[in-house]
Amino acid sequence: MDYVKLILLGLVTLIAAMAASWGHDLAYQLHAFLIMVIAFAMFIWVLRNTDEPRQADPTQDGIYADGVIRAGVIATAFWGTAGFLVGTFIAFQLAFPALNFDWGQPFTNFGRLRPLHTSAVIFAFGGNALIATSFYVVQRTSGVRLWGGKAGWFVFWGYQLFIVLAATGYLLGSTQSKEYAEPEWYVDLWLTVVWLTYLAVFLGTIVKRREKHIYVANWFYLAFIITVAMLHVVNNLSIPVSIWGSKSVQVFSGVQDAMTQWWYGHNAVGFFLTAGFLGMMYYFVPKQAGRPVYSYKLSIIHFWALIFLYIWAGPHHLHYTALPDWASTLGMVFSIILWMPSWGGMINGLMTLQGAWDKLRTDPILRMFVLSLGFYGMSTFEGPMMSIRAVNSLSHYTDWTIGHVHSGALGWNGMITFACLYFLTPKLWGRKQMYSMSAISWHFWLATLGIVLYAASMWVTGIMEGLMWREVDDQGFLVNSFADTVSAKFPMYVVRGLGGIMFLSGALIMVWNMWMTIRGAQPATAALPGASATATPAE
Amino acid sequence: METYSLLREIADSWVLLAMFGFFLGAGIWAYLPSQSGARQDASMIPFRNDQVKAGCKGTCATCACEAASYNFEDQHNV
Repeated sequence: MDYVKLILLGLVTLIAAMAASWGHDLAYQLHAFLIMVIAFAMFIWVLRNTDEPRQADPTQDGIYADGVIRAGVIATAFWGTAGFLVGTFIAFQLAFPALNFDWGQPFTNFGRLRPLHTSAVIFAFGGNALIATSFYVVQRTSGVRLWGGKAGWFVFWGYQLFIVLAATGYLLGSTQSKEYAEPEWYVDLWLTVVWLTYLAVFLGTIVKRREKHIYVANWFYLAFIITVAMLHVVNNLSIPVSIWGSKSVQVFSGVQDAMTQWWYGHNAVGFFLTAGFLGMMYYFVPKQAGRPVYSYKLSIIHFWALIFLYIWAGPHHLHYTALPDWASTLGMVFSIILWMPSWGGMINGLMTLQGAWDKLRTDPILRMFVLSLGFYGMSTFEGPMMSIRAVNSLSHYTDWTIGHVHSGALGWNGMITFACLYFLTPKLWGRKQMYSMSAISWHFWLATLGIVLYAASMWVTGIMEGLMWREVDDQGFLVNSFADTVSAKFPMYVVRGLGGIMFLSGALIMVWNMWMTIRGAQPATAALPGASATATPAE
Repeated sequence: METYSLLREIADSWVLLAMFGFFLGAGIWAYLPSQSGARQDASMIPFRNDQVKAGCKGTCATCACEAASYNFEDQHNV
């Protein structure tokens, strides 16, 4: 087996070296070099261990595979902070264009940093949070160790490599210009391999479960993994111009391409940022509240309604375009219907606290969960409203959209992820609780006020912008030039940037808190049910 | 047949009906009284499998079972 590995790693190193030499563009060459170094290092490592006697690691018997989750928790905090930092910086670039430094051109201009920010927060922060929590939840709710041995670690490191390739590619100008799907063809292929392994690990664990039923959180996680695989493959159908270069040409063109892009784009929101995070909600909110979910019936309805409706909502991104009216009306109608299951889910999460509401006074983590559900409800009301064609004619292309996205992403995804990190960190490192509970409260308030400043300033500036664009005088001429709207937006841009600073400071407090909790702690071992006799807990 | 026509044919014929039927079926299944035990069992899964502590001998006294320490008498989630 080691010989096969050596041959494969040697081949990868060789091909990557050729690619680094013959590559047509800088991003491709850098990526080839990176892969060459990694493959060569692995080659040396495998070579040094070849024909050595293998010893099974007895400490891993009968316990949950939590190592990869610990790594995921740290990666989530790291990428989150990096993504918030870039986001805050580009917010100030919009307010003060001089921050597009001349010496940094073209690598640090807004156009290249913006996809770095969106991918860092959605895929690096959100993605790592989803992978880590899904591995945690699927093991706990199945009562078995993660399936696939080291495959879980392959998913983790493979996903980090994807993030590094994507991020460096953006800075060096390698992009296929599809929103939230910017990485070029070879990065897409790599992600496909990693994602299918993820699916196999998750599904394998469910298949060998000890529990009779598949807990509802796992349904949401599974829907997220399968749908993202499908969306990713279809949206990234492209033909590389050369295998020695990063440029590729899309298979679809024109309105079909636009529709595919927003079918992908909206379902990335629906399944990555909603279904996956609802999986978190259905496990961690009951755990933190110490009560089972309010209504299991409702959770089943919630699941199927969300799955069946979300997939149709994409065309609302293409009102007043070349897309046929019937298609955008369809998208609009489904978006409005979607309001119901979304609020059903929110109510189910909030009502789980019934009989435990007093815990909100003392438990800052539970408070974060509740706030995240509140923002989920708010943005799933705002979204359907904005998808209505008449509202969209005012809101589209304005910063209202940006405000809407951030109230969902910072409020719902961000807050629930922070709460999960606060839940997981002490458990995974064998501590009773986080190092500082008052730091969690500080994080809570800083993040909340940050989001409020962000969303409020974007509402004001977005609606102002929309009204200025459509204002005509009595002769029918437009009153404002585009530059007028830009200068009118300046104060709101500064307020938005301040909101970003507050949100970022909250995240930095969290990182400090996690550092202090983990420092000096031993990784905890959690025994599998029925295996408690053989396990040796470290606590 | 053109891709568009084919997809259109699928979209507003028996496939639409089948999907709607499946959805209604899932909705009815969620409320079946005969499944209430299964739902109750499933909703308690998060409180199992995660309670094995050092010195745990399989009783709640030594394991500090989470589920047992809460009062679920007013449970109405099934």
